[in-house]
Amino acid sequence: MSFDASSARGDLILTRITKEYGDFKAVDDLSLTIPKGSFFALLGPSGCGKTTTLRMIAGLEEPTIGSIHLGETDITTTKPYQRPINTVFQNYALFPHLTIFENIAFGLRRRGIKDVDAEVNKVLNLVELPHLAGRKPTQLSGGQQQRIALARAIVNRPALLLLDEPLGALDLKLRRQMQIELKWIQKEVGLTFVHVTHDQEEAMTMADTIAVMNEGKIEQMGSPADLYDNPETAFVANFLGQSNLIKGTITGNDGDSIIADLYGQKISLPKNRSHAVDNSMYAGIRPEKFRISLLDTPVSGNVLTGGRIEDVSYIGVSTQYQVEMPWGQELMVFEQNDDGVAPFNKGDAVNISWAPVFTFALRGDEDITAGSEVTPEDLDEE
Amino acid sequence: MQKIRTPYLLLLPGFAFLFTFFILPIVNLAQTSTQTPISGGDTGQYEQTLRFQNYIDAFIENREQFGRSFVYALIATLLALAISYPLAYAIAFKSGKYKNLFLVLVIAPFFTSFILRTVAWKQILGEEGFVVPTLRTIGIISDSTTLTSTSFAVVMGMTYNFLPFMTLPLYASIDRIDPRTLEASGDLYANGFTTFRKVTLPLSMPGVVAGTLLTFIPAAGDYVNAAILGSPNTKMIGNVIESRYFRIVDYPTAAALSFTLMAAILILVTLYIRKAGTEELV
Repeated sequence: MSFDASSARGDLILTRITKEYGDFKAVDDLSLTIPKGSFFALLGPSGCGKTTTLRMIAGLEEPTIGSIHLGETDITTTKPYQRPINTVFQNYALFPHLTIFENIAFGLRRRGIKDVDAEVNKVLNLVELPHLAGRKPTQLSGGQQQRIALARAIVNRPALLLLDEPLGALDLKLRRQMQIELKWIQKEVGLTFVHVTHDQEEAMTMADTIAVMNEGKIEQMGSPADLYDNPETAFVANFLGQSNLIKGTITGNDGDSIIADLYGQKISLPKNRSHAVDNSMYAGIRPEKFRISLLDTPVSGNVLTGGRIEDVSYIGVSTQYQVEMPWGQELMVFEQNDDGVAPFNKGDAVNISWAPVFTFALRGDEDITAGSEVTPEDLDEE
Repeated sequence: MQKIRTPYLLLLPGFAFLFTFFILPIVNLAQTSTQTPISGGDTGQYEQTLRFQNYIDAFIENREQFGRSFVYALIATLLALAISYPLAYAIAFKSGKYKNLFLVLVIAPFFTSFILRTVAWKQILGEEGFVVPTLRTIGIISDSTTLTSTSFAVVMGMTYNFLPFMTLPLYASIDRIDPRTLEASGDLYANGFTTFRKVTLPLSMPGVVAGTLLTFIPAAGDYVNAAILGSPNTKMIGNVIESRYFRIVDYPTAAALSFTLMAAILILVTLYIRKAGTEELV
C-alpha cells in the first residue's frame, strides 16, 4: 500500500483485532475506539495483551485478524515509520550515541525538517530540561531519561502518543510526580495519549478512560470512577482496588432498588449497579464504604449484624479492620481517622453498615478471586 | 598501604612476562637493525655500527612488497567486513535459540591448524577443485586461467583466515544494541535503511573498528598465505622478512623491515582510530 498515512488524524478504531503467537491468543477479538484528544489507559496484569495491543497500534506487530483505523485511514499494515504515531518505550530506548538534542531532533530530521532548533528547544523547555541538550543519555538519571523519551515523541506532534509502562522504572515518589506532569503535558499539547500500565493507581490518576484487559479481552471500559464504583466483573472489582464480595440471593424489587438476602440479612442496592443475570449474586462493597458501629448504636442504610473484630491495623490516615461475620467470612473495613471516634478493639462485637448506593452486584457464578491474586508488582511484561 | 600495593602485585606477572618476551626482544631487534656485517667474518656475523641507512636501503629495496602488503590487507579487511557484518547481524538478531551454535561454527575453523586450512585453499582453487571447473563452465574465466599462485588466491586465503577476527567483535558489538532503539528509530519515521545508517551502524562502530584492526594488522604482516597460495609475484613484506631472517641470514635488514612495518601499521591505526572516533561511542 502506497498511500500516505502520515497525515491521518482522528479517533483510533480497533476492529475485531486478534493476535496469535502459535496456539496462544495474546489479543482475542478486541474492538475499541479511542476518541481523539483523550487520555486513554489500557490496564491489566502481565500477559493480558495490553502491550501487544499497543505494539499493533504502533505498527511493531501486525494483527493476525482485524483492522486498525486512524480516522478514515486504514493503518493496519502500514510500517511504523509511515504512521503519525510515536511511542514512549518502556526503557525509553534513547539513542546512546546521540546527544539529547539529536535524540529529540531525530524524528524531525527524518521527516526532512531542516530547522529543528526552535522545536527541540520548545519541548526541552516543556519537560524542563533545556540545560541537558548537549549531554548523552547515559549521563542522565532515570527520571530525566523518561522526560527526554517523552520529549522525543511529542516534538513530532503525532496524532497518537503511545506510552508503554513509561513510569515503570522510576521509584514511587518520582512516579507520582511524573504522573501529574504527564497529565499536565497531555492537556498542554492536546494529543491523544494511549497509556499501557499494570498499575491501577497510575491509570486512575491519569486517564480519562480506562479499559481493563484480561486474557486478551477487555473486561470493562469506563471512567476511573465508573470502574471503581460500578465494576461489572469480579476481575475488575479486585484488580482496581479491593472489594468485599458477599454471596447472596436476589429476593425482589423495590422501585429502582433490588432487595437481596445475604446470609439471612436483607440489603438493598441500585438496579443499575446489578450485573447479576439471575437470582444468585455476589454483593460487592468497597472497604472504605463500610462503617463499623457497636451493637447498641443505631445505624441506617444496609446493615450486617453479628460481626466481631479480628484484627486492627492503624496506618495513619485510616485504620484497617478485619471483621469476622457469622458465616465465617472476613470483611475488610477502612475507617478514616478523622472523626475523633475511639478506634475499635480486637474482639469487639460490631455491626457493619453502609449506604445502599455504594453496593454493586456481580453474577453469582463469578470466580471471586479473579484479579486479586495478580499483584500489580508483577513487573515483567509478556 | 595494602590497598595501594595490590594492583601492582596483580600487574606483576603480566609485566614480567611481557618484559622478558616482548620488551627485551624488541630492544634486541632494535640493536640488530643498525648492525653491519663484520668485515672478513662468517655469514650471519654482525657488529653494531649504528648504520641507520639500513632502514632506507631496506625500504627502497622492498617498497613494492610493502605496498602489496597494505593493498592485500586492505582488500582482505574490506571483504571480511562485507561478509561478516550481515553474518554478525543475523547471529545477533535473527538466530534465536541457535545463537550459540552459530558462534561455535564461527570459531570452528580454529579447531584445525592455520597452515592446514591455508593448504586446503590450494586444493579448493586448484585444477582438481570445484571452483575452477565451475567458473570455466559458466564462462567467468577462460580455459587457460588458473587461480592458484595468484594475488586473488592470497587475498581469498587472508579473507578466509581472518574472518572470525572480524565476525566476533562485530557480533559482540551488534549483540549489545538494544533492539528497542531500532524499534524507536522506526517509530520516529526512519525506514529500514535509514535506521541502519543512523542507529545500527553508529552503535556497532566499536565492533567495526575492533574487527578491522584485528584483521588488518595481522593481515599486513602475514606471510603464510602469500607463501602457500601465492607466487614470487605476490610476495608480501612478511615473506621478505622471513626469507631475510631464515634463508639469507641478513638479520639487520630483516630487523629494519620489521620496525618499518610496525611503525607503518602504528601510524595507519592511529589515523584510523582518530577518524573513526571510537572514544565518542558508548
